[in-house]
Amino acid sequence: MTAAARARRYEARKVPETRQATSAMIASLAAEGYDAAPAPFGHALSDLANTDERIVGLSADLSKYTDLHIFAQKHPDRFYQMGMAEQVLMSAAAGLAHEGFIPFATTYAVFASRRAYDFICMAIAEENLPVKIVCALPGLTTGYGPSHQATEDLAIFRGMPNLVIVDPCDAVDVAQMVPEMAAHDGPVYARLLRGNVPSVLRRHKPDYRFRLGKAQMIREGADVLVVSSGLMTMRALDAATELARDGIEVAVLHSPTIKPLDRDTILAEAGKGRLLVTAENHTVIGGLGEAVAATLLRAGVTPTFRQIGLPDAFLEAGALPTLHDMYGLSTKAVIAQIKGWL
Amino acid sequence: MTHIASTGLLSNVSLQRRAHNIRRKAILMGEVQGQGYVGQALGVSDVLAVCFFHALELRAEDPEWEGRDRFLLSIGHYAIAIYAAFMEAGILPEEELETYGMDDSRMPMSGMASYTPGMEITGGSLGHGLGIGVGMALGLKRKNNPALVYNLMSDGELGEGSTWEAAMSASHHKLDNLIAIVDFNDQQADGKSTEMLSSEPVPDKWTAFGWFAQRVDGNDIGALVAAFDAARDHPGRQPRVIICDTKMCKGVPFLEQRDATHFVRVEPDEWAKALSVLDEEIPA
Repeated sequence: MTAAARARRYEARKVPETRQATSAMIASLAAEGYDAAPAPFGHALSDLANTDERIVGLSADLSKYTDLHIFAQKHPDRFYQMGMAEQVLMSAAAGLAHEGFIPFATTYAVFASRRAYDFICMAIAEENLPVKIVCALPGLTTGYGPSHQATEDLAIFRGMPNLVIVDPCDAVDVAQMVPEMAAHDGPVYARLLRGNVPSVLRRHKPDYRFRLGKAQMIREGADVLVVSSGLMTMRALDAATELARDGIEVAVLHSPTIKPLDRDTILAEAGKGRLLVTAENHTVIGGLGEAVAATLLRAGVTPTFRQIGLPDAFLEAGALPTLHDMYGLSTKAVIAQIKGWL
Repeated sequence: MTHIASTGLLSNVSLQRRAHNIRRKAILMGEVQGQGYVGQALGVSDVLAVCFFHALELRAEDPEWEGRDRFLLSIGHYAIAIYAAFMEAGILPEEELETYGMDDSRMPMSGMASYTPGMEITGGSLGHGLGIGVGMALGLKRKNNPALVYNLMSDGELGEGSTWEAAMSASHHKLDNLIAIVDFNDQQADGKSTEMLSSEPVPDKWTAFGWFAQRVDGNDIGALVAAFDAARDHPGRQPRVIICDTKMCKGVPFLEQRDATHFVRVEPDEWAKALSVLDEEIPA
C-alpha cells in the first residue's frame, strides 16, 4: 500500500447533503422521467427462443440479476444454471455453440472481462463461435465499489479479435439488439441494463430502431456533437435539452456498437466543425472515446475533441447519483463540462 | 448407453502395431522441425491407438460426420501426436507429414480447429478442453445424439482451476457422455508435475467430484482397452475419467533416459537412430 493510500485509509468520507443509500443496481435510472420497461432482455430472448430452436441460455448464478430468469421461466429446458463458475460458463457456451446452438451466457461485466477473459478469447473468439455474452453492471452502474464496477470492460474486450461489442442505451436498444446479436455469425459482448429500464431514444426520435454496427443521430445541433453510447446517450440527450434553453445546440450521435465502430457516420458528422465530445460510462482509457479519437486521427479529421468518462482510478462506493455527480456522468455534470469547453 | 458398432476404422491391424505406426510418424515429424513434443507423443501413442482404433466412432473420410464421437485435444502441444494418429487413421494424408510446422501447413505446432480437419477445438491454453467438453456433452444430449465426448488432457492441467470447475459441472449435469483422458506422464515445463503442484491422490479427487475414475498403465494396450470399455459401459449417470500413467519417450530407450523431457532435445543424427531403435521391435 502506498503512503498516500495508507493516509487515505479509513478517512471519513464527506457525507452528501441529501444522504442516499448505496445503490446496488441501475434500476434507479428508470426514475429519471422516462417510461420504463421491465426486463427487456429476458423478454426479448424468450420471444426469440419461440421461433429459433438454437437459442439456449446459461448463467453463472446471476440469472435473476441479468433478467435471464424470465427466459428460464418460459424455456426451463433450454436454460443451464452453471453455478458460480465463470470459466466453465464460457467454455460450456463454446461447446454448445460447437454443437450448433446459439448460447446467451450471462454474468456481471466484471467477471466476464476480468475472470473469464482467456476462455472468451480462446474457446469462443478464436474460433468465431456464435456465443452471446450479456453482462449486467457495466461501467459505473452499482455503488458496490471496484469489485462490481466494470469500468474497464470495453478496454479489455476491444483488443479481442472477432468480438463485436454493444453498449445499449435503453429498453428499445436492449430488446432490439437481442435478435440482431443472434443473427450475427460470431461472438458478441453486450453491456446490459436490467430491471426496469427506461425508454429514452424514441422519446427523442420516435422511429428509432437499433441497428447493429450503426451509429445514429438522435438529435441535431449546430454547436456541439456528442458521440455517446450506453446510458450516457440518455445523459447527453437530457443535457442537450437543458443546454438548448441556454441557446447551446447539441447534436447527439448514439453509437451503441463500440466495435466495429461506425466509422463512416462518425467521420461524416465529425467533419462539420462542431466541438466533438465523447461520452461513455467507462474509463477514458480504451473505450468509446479513444476509439473515436483514433478513428478521427487516422482519417485526418481533427475537430476540437473532449472526453466525458470515468477517471483512470478505482472508484468509490456509495449511492449512484452521488457517484455520477462525483465522476462526471450525471446530466448536471455533463452540462457543466460542455459549458466549460465552449 | 448403447454402443454402435464402429464404422470404418476397425481392421485386422493390431492396436500395438497402430501405436508403433503413430510413434514412427511422430518421430518423422519431429525430424522435419528438428524439435517438437516428441516425448509426449511417444508416451501417449498407446492411448491414441486405443482411442482411434478401438474406442472412437469416426468416419475418416468425413471428419465432421454428425454421429462421430468428439475428440478434444485440450493439450494443444500434443498436436504432433494427434496428426500422427490422424494420418494413421486416414483423416490426414500421409504425404503432408513433411509439412509439419511449416508455413501454410495444415499441421501447426499447436493444435487449432481452423487449421486441421478433425481437430475439434483450438487447444493450447491449458484447462480449456474439459469445459468445452461439458458444453458439447450438454449439446449432444439436447440433440438426442448418442455420441460421446472424449477430452485428452494432461496431468499439468490438473493444476488449472478451470479443470475443476468443469469437473464439478460435468458431474452436476450428470454428463455420462463425457470421458476425460488424463495423460499422466509426470512431466511439465519446470519439472515433475507432482513436484510443481501435486494433484495426488488423483483418482480420489475425481471420485470426490462425482466421476467414475479409473487409473491404468497408459502404455499397456490391454489395460487401456479394458478401461475405455469400462468407461463407455459404466451404468452410472456420471462423467468418466481414465487416468493413464505413461512414460515419456516410450519405445525409444535412449530418449526415455534423458532428463527434462518436457521438450525433449534430440540431436540431428538421433532421429534416424530413434527410428531404428523403435523398429527393432515391430509388433505384429
